[in-house]
Amino acid sequence: MALEDYKNIIHRCFRCGYCKFTSDYSYLGFNCPVYNKYRLESYSPGGMIWLIYASLVKGELEPSEHLSQILYSCTMCRNCVEECKFKFNEDIVNILKAAREEMVDKYLVPSMVNRFLTNVYDYGNPYRELKQNRGNWAEDTKIKQYEKGDEFLYYVGCVGSYDTTSQKAARALGNVLLQSGLPFGILGERELCDGNEVDMLGERGLFELLKEKNTQMFKELGVKKVVTLSPHSYNALKNSYSNEFEVFHYTQLLRDLIKSSKLDVSKGFEVKVTYHDPCFLGRYNNEYDAPREILTAIPGIELIEMERNRGNSFCCGGGGGNFYTDVLSSGKDSPSRIRVREVYDTGANILAVACPICMMMFEDAVKTEGLEDKLIIKDISQIVEESLL
Amino acid sequence: MDIYSSLVNIVGEGFASNHKEELYIYSRDSGAQQPRRADYVALPQTVEEIQQIVKLANEEKIPITPMGGGLTLNGLTVPTKGGIVLDMKRMDRIIEVNEKSRYAIVEAGVCQGALQSYLEKNYPHLQHSQPDAPPTATIVGNVLIQGHGHLSVTYGINSQMVNGMEIVLPTGEVCKLGSCSISPYWHARDPLPDLIGLFLGWFGTTGIVTKLSLQLFPKPKFRDLLTFSSDDIDLIPDFILDTTQLNLMENLFIISQQWPVWTQHVLYVPIISAQDQQELEFKIELHKKLLRKYEGKITLVEGRNAERMRESRLPIPPVSLTLFADVKQGGGFQYTGGILPIEKIPEVWPKALELYHKYGQPYIYADQLLTSGHNIMFGLAYCLNRADEQDTEKVREALDESNRLILDMGGILWKAELSAQKLMMERMDPNTVKLMRRVKKALDPNGIMNPGNWDA
Repeated sequence: MALEDYKNIIHRCFRCGYCKFTSDYSYLGFNCPVYNKYRLESYSPGGMIWLIYASLVKGELEPSEHLSQILYSCTMCRNCVEECKFKFNEDIVNILKAAREEMVDKYLVPSMVNRFLTNVYDYGNPYRELKQNRGNWAEDTKIKQYEKGDEFLYYVGCVGSYDTTSQKAARALGNVLLQSGLPFGILGERELCDGNEVDMLGERGLFELLKEKNTQMFKELGVKKVVTLSPHSYNALKNSYSNEFEVFHYTQLLRDLIKSSKLDVSKGFEVKVTYHDPCFLGRYNNEYDAPREILTAIPGIELIEMERNRGNSFCCGGGGGNFYTDVLSSGKDSPSRIRVREVYDTGANILAVACPICMMMFEDAVKTEGLEDKLIIKDISQIVEESLL
Repeated sequence: MDIYSSLVNIVGEGFASNHKEELYIYSRDSGAQQPRRADYVALPQTVEEIQQIVKLANEEKIPITPMGGGLTLNGLTVPTKGGIVLDMKRMDRIIEVNEKSRYAIVEAGVCQGALQSYLEKNYPHLQHSQPDAPPTATIVGNVLIQGHGHLSVTYGINSQMVNGMEIVLPTGEVCKLGSCSISPYWHARDPLPDLIGLFLGWFGTTGIVTKLSLQLFPKPKFRDLLTFSSDDIDLIPDFILDTTQLNLMENLFIISQQWPVWTQHVLYVPIISAQDQQELEFKIELHKKLLRKYEGKITLVEGRNAERMRESRLPIPPVSLTLFADVKQGGGFQYTGGILPIEKIPEVWPKALELYHKYGQPYIYADQLLTSGHNIMFGLAYCLNRADEQDTEKVREALDESNRLILDMGGILWKAELSAQKLMMERMDPNTVKLMRRVKKALDPNGIMNPGNWDA
């Protein structure tokens, strides 16, 4: 929806600040990753809404590069939606998205956002990587290309396909799926960006184009079920695409495969693990249990919860394209560094993730915090792979 | 070096701004007051940084407006003469909790929610007195505007719960007040000359509080409330007298609202708390017994409506009051906080209703007893539509008339906006006004601290 569609709502934010917290006002810090880093009121959800109203609705402020920097620093983690007490809470992130659309129309996006969008348009991925290299991660594995009749399309997404850290998770999930005997395949070089971040960045036209191309391809290939590595892909395919195919996040599928004994994880894993809820799986799609059910099904794993978990999870800082655009930027108060310090405080040896973006953000943060020897980041697919008999 | 560069040098890149976007936000709040220009925003993290900013402001003769949560609604943290807004929320450490002497030392930016959560996790048997404000309101800000909280009937208003303070004076010196000026402990305010009073209720015109020791109290294991209903406003002072005579309440609200319909009565809502179930039941029973004296005139509300009141008023803080801001779907509200003698309630009640009708506002009385029956916070609350300047102007008129009503009734105004401060000072003993001026001049010779407030 366009910003115009929110004109009767947008001035209603009272800036009471509930949106900055967890549901129990955790003293660990504010749960809005952007406000927690900048601490200027303009970077709080309420501040952003007031600025959007002033600049893009009321015309009191000329839209500027600084406004753009503020708006694009948001990771779209939906903590504000979760914690806002007003009836219009559901629209907070939608308003921000609509405002970004206006900023795109005004050519007022940060240069890295521009680069992200241009790369996706030109190359089908934000990294400016060649399309024909998209499936390279699967070389030396037995993972095959998707063929008509395969039960599942394994959709990997841009980050899992190209980021060297996240490729480990992509491979692990492929191997686990192979072991389960489930008929599946990948698209390899035919795979195209799902567009979740493009949508979050406000490039509506490009998102529609990607959606159209992907949907067309899925139709031609007769895809009925899709399993995604990334919660971001899961969110886009499940909530924004046509409902002609079923979409699963891989943790939902693995949970069911373990339950039905199609995967035997009884080899076990003697380790203390804590789990980080990704925003696009948890707050966007209310899936908090599947990853935990997998971890607790593996003998030997001691699952320790962080204080901020489930709906109160603290975003890794990579959402809304920030994993690439870095508008939120780094520093000791960057969300991923704060989060790995919290992980370390739990006494866990492994931080389990279920999102390739979280994985790359935390890998970097662990190094910056000097915790490489103490804390290992593993995707749940890797943990399952290592637990298979 | 220009002022902006100096601020960046002091607080670091990213924590000072002169961008129009930040200045827009810090030039207004959610109340009805007109926006007023801010020139810079700075977010200090240390006392030394504040000292440097104060030094800079004195050199440049530029005002400083300290700000906590920015939720006064009355524009008290919006500059009146431009200058630097000092957003204190990066000073967010809970420095110490002394369990045995029951106090917490917090930095100026610690918010209500953070202390609440910290105590729940680490000292679940202790609590602090929390205002009805959202949890982003800061402890220090609430104390400095002499706010009240959910324990104010039992222990007094929140500014009476201060054991000590650390302050950066307008001339840059750091000063400790209370027992901490003598001892490593921040356990007592008295017996000493009460210099702390020089900083309470002055709206940041006398110095910048950087640390504060706040009294903590036993947290009860059980809480409940009763809802009594009446249509006779003349009974209010006597019923307050009787309930406070029992001396068993945690808090007392007197509520009457246009919506929902069932609240269109005088509703007495005493909050009862206890350390065990028996004690709770006993206290509740004693309160119910009060009704015998008022048979047929005050009745007990039971069933679903009593449950609704529990849902609305038992949570700390009660979200329902924040939601009032959206009654007009307009994103703002402000209220006249009249601190009234209790016997004046029957007289002011219908006059307040007239004002609500005159200004086309749904009426809401959400009055809270302060201390164990010495006065009451009698509010006249007005929602406003931020998208409609005429509506906001109308609310400003309503507030002015409400302020005058409270003063005419012998009340005083809580966290008064500039025009309300002026109204009070016009009626104030001239020698009191002179004394205030002398105190301000003595502490702040260059007049840099939130000027315009408490100006004669």
